[in-house]
Amino acid sequence: MRMRDEKQMRVIGMPRRRVDARAKVTGQTRYADDIFLPRMAYCKLLRSPHPHARIRNINTTRAAAHPGVYLVLTGKDVPIEYGILPVSQDEQALCVDHVRHVGDPVAAVIAREELTAFEALDLIDVEYELLTTISDPEDALATPAPRIHDYGEEGNIHKRVSLEFGDVEQGFAEADEVFEDTFFYQGNTHLPIEQHAAVAIKDPEGKLTIWSSTQTPHYLHRALAKVLQMPPGHIRVIATPNGGGFGGKSDPFQHEIVVSKAALLLDRPVKICLTREEVFYCHRGRHPVLMKFKTGVKKDGTITGMNLQTLIDGGAYGSYGVASTFYTGALQTTTYHIPRYHFQGCRTFTNKPPCGPKRGHGTVQPRFGQEVQLDKIAEKLRIDPADLRLRIAESSNAVTANFFRLSVVNLSECIRRVVKSSDWKDKFRKLPEGRGVGLACSAYLTGAGLPIYWNKMPHSGVHIKFDRGGGVSVFCGATEIGQGSDDVLAGIVAEVLGLETFDIRLYTGDTDLGPVDLGSYSSRVTIMAGNAALQAAERGKAIIAEAVAEKLEVPKERLRFADKRVFDSAAPEKSVTFAEAVCLAEARFGTIGTMGSYTPPKSPALYKGGGVGPSPTYSYTAAVVEVIVNPATGWIAVPKIWIAHDIGRALNPTLVRGQVEGSVYMGLGEALMEEQEFRRLPKKLSHALVHKFPSMLEYKSPTSLDMPEVVTELIEEPDPRGPFGAKEVGQGPLLPIMPAVANAVYDAVGVRIDEVPITPEKIMKALAEKKAGREPRFGPSHFPHVNWPEALRVPPPWEGGDGHAVNDVPRPAKRRDEKEKVLGS
Amino acid sequence: MSDLITLPVESQKTAHIRLTLNGEQTDVSFAPYKTLLEVLREDLGHTGTKHGCELGECGACAVLQDGKPVLSCLLLAVECDKKNILTVEGLGTDGKLHPLQEAFADLGAAQCGYCTPAILVTAKALLDQNPNPSRDQIREALSGNLCRCTGYQQIFEAVEEAMVRIAGREKSAP
Repeated sequence: MRMRDEKQMRVIGMPRRRVDARAKVTGQTRYADDIFLPRMAYCKLLRSPHPHARIRNINTTRAAAHPGVYLVLTGKDVPIEYGILPVSQDEQALCVDHVRHVGDPVAAVIAREELTAFEALDLIDVEYELLTTISDPEDALATPAPRIHDYGEEGNIHKRVSLEFGDVEQGFAEADEVFEDTFFYQGNTHLPIEQHAAVAIKDPEGKLTIWSSTQTPHYLHRALAKVLQMPPGHIRVIATPNGGGFGGKSDPFQHEIVVSKAALLLDRPVKICLTREEVFYCHRGRHPVLMKFKTGVKKDGTITGMNLQTLIDGGAYGSYGVASTFYTGALQTTTYHIPRYHFQGCRTFTNKPPCGPKRGHGTVQPRFGQEVQLDKIAEKLRIDPADLRLRIAESSNAVTANFFRLSVVNLSECIRRVVKSSDWKDKFRKLPEGRGVGLACSAYLTGAGLPIYWNKMPHSGVHIKFDRGGGVSVFCGATEIGQGSDDVLAGIVAEVLGLETFDIRLYTGDTDLGPVDLGSYSSRVTIMAGNAALQAAERGKAIIAEAVAEKLEVPKERLRFADKRVFDSAAPEKSVTFAEAVCLAEARFGTIGTMGSYTPPKSPALYKGGGVGPSPTYSYTAAVVEVIVNPATGWIAVPKIWIAHDIGRALNPTLVRGQVEGSVYMGLGEALMEEQEFRRLPKKLSHALVHKFPSMLEYKSPTSLDMPEVVTELIEEPDPRGPFGAKEVGQGPLLPIMPAVANAVYDAVGVRIDEVPITPEKIMKALAEKKAGREPRFGPSHFPHVNWPEALRVPPPWEGGDGHAVNDVPRPAKRRDEKEKVLGS
Repeated sequence: MSDLITLPVESQKTAHIRLTLNGEQTDVSFAPYKTLLEVLREDLGHTGTKHGCELGECGACAVLQDGKPVLSCLLLAVECDKKNILTVEGLGTDGKLHPLQEAFADLGAAQCGYCTPAILVTAKALLDQNPNPSRDQIREALSGNLCRCTGYQQIFEAVEEAMVRIAGREKSAP
């Protein structure tokens, strides 16, 4: 990608009002539930009150006869299984014969009024045969039957992986010290303020259109085509601006399929808006993960080898879980140099709402463990934790043990910045009792290197239309979930063409209007849609320049596009307006429209499982958190956080800062209070495993009073792979917060909380242990036995590896073709 | 009236109020169980005000009633007869954005924008009552409005910026 002279840029790098800001501050942004259409009917879902049961019978007669009810649907009306990953097609829009968690939908009522639909749910009679509940991974390992799904590894184990990069035992043998630590990361949920909503219509031509608060309209498009058995060309998915996503709106959901089916059957618009309780049941949030880290180090802190085991509570469905499983082991090597690495991961099914991708997807939990363990290692080796990390930080252009190719790496600079801004050296181990600082780092993907379904097509496409009046319309499947994806597109196109972002019209998130963009997940939009936009804009610029050069009789290389004009850089008075330039080009070449697309570079990770973790480039973050812990109550206050993020280039610094601070906020919520917890109802009731508090009243998240001051620094060394050098910022800055809080608590009161969230209760328990002369710690005591498969052995690059496993089972070549056929149908 | 019994409950628009909505006298009929939020969004087409939790926790539904922030999801519309209600749609005047709206747009205080309308009106109530609040007073005033995107910092800064802009505007006014 072309680097530009920073001084010449007018849009990129300038703090700007985002393009959609006016709509947002005037209340005119139209979210899915703001859509009201004539003759619109309302849908409500009947959800299972049981965590695990067979459906014996459903009788909908009474509900269907209720005045105002138009339609009642059950599983047999939409029986085809779907799921976000091709390997986990395990969901049904309405359960046909098996419910797997409290909240699994079994029937739908569509009525003239929302309240009528709600009332009619009570008139549906469902007979259940209760099955044994599997409540957590240990339960799942010990209880192979009844199976929650009839696929997976065996029993209730969904996925088991073992990948070994070099001889880790040899690494431990070469170590001066070997550390073994177990950690537990409790699950939590996205809690977007907007509840999921969708409106479907059979359009006047008889095709389907659905507006939905989805982060992934393309994947929803595919799921709808499969379940409804319709040609994808007859389905239009419009992603409405999401009122927050954070990963929670990335799966195709039951309610989206149900309203589509109902709209087709009734030939009238059908709307659903989930209640907050239902949003908790949709979940797809952070997986609870138990982790064991075994790490060998030399006296100087150099890591000689690492074995990471993760036991993952997947909930009731596959969702992104296979990817999540690999992600729990993928990114350890991208921050610090680990010459030998063995990852073992196991995801189990349990009778709880399905877990999936939440900001930082699968990498957040092991990042917590790794960064807390490093703090312990630093203490034992008597090295300052910041210095230790500086010694072992990965460097630019490295290829890791697991064959991820890094691009620009500014982790060390991030560390130096927060050490300086936080006065780390004057505070660490020097603050009075009850006050402490902790440091942690992280890395994150700038876009997943592989698509969710295997294909060779671009990951993002942009189409630009040039109007005679000088207007520019940008069409792209990218989805605005609040992160500013529209502004990224507008900013890049405006910069290239010498316009203002206000001159750019955006048509995004619509499967009919724009080329495919895979969706707003994995921090991929800036680099992928951004590079596609850059290419399309440069192509348009080249065509226009050709025509203007001819007209002005100057070499086209000398032309500059700025201030809505095209001019000779050697003689700026020789110029035309941008609108005139478009007319010249249109007269010369015909109607002007250009395309751009982006496909990530090929990854050298060629082993099975190497598809999760590669990225065009990685962002880096370091954070210092200061805490005040009251030893009498265990109460934790966080007065200040310093964070430095390696962004490559901030396309719009206002938005970048917002993403960093928003990540810090969400990380702090996870660190201190947020948890998706379950409990058993009393035995005399059903004894069912239910969500402890599916409401915003009790699911605590930080308010404006809880949010500390955040000092944000951006490290801007443009990355050659990013548009104008930009890397991701939406997820990475969340990762260091939780371990930095844990490390700060240790600095403050000398107890280790090896578990998230870090609550006053846990601190009090650890303080009691300390007082009793036992290990001053709160955290898991053991890691259960898992029958790990034989490791795929991949020699790392420095041992002559070529990215393949030496013992991989050759995959039959036709498998992929078959998979494609199924997906394409 | 007997026909009403077979009608779905939401169609029974037997309640009627007259209120001032964003400065305009407004008459509306609706089913009596409805909250102000539902009447605003469904019967009056004012969808700028949002919902997020159904129980008064998230604050996304805040509007001003006679200048004071209220949670419209917890308020029955029948209680709003003769009241003066201000929503985000009524913030701007003479085709211009309110300084709070300008500052929120300029300083990145709206990300997904879903909590924004309620935060804007809540902040307006604060500035109307106290034109020069401290950071802590702003924090306190907005503590009932959850935002999952911003981490609040840019929201605080936008309120402070609006405060300055309002003061500047009043100074320069003849």
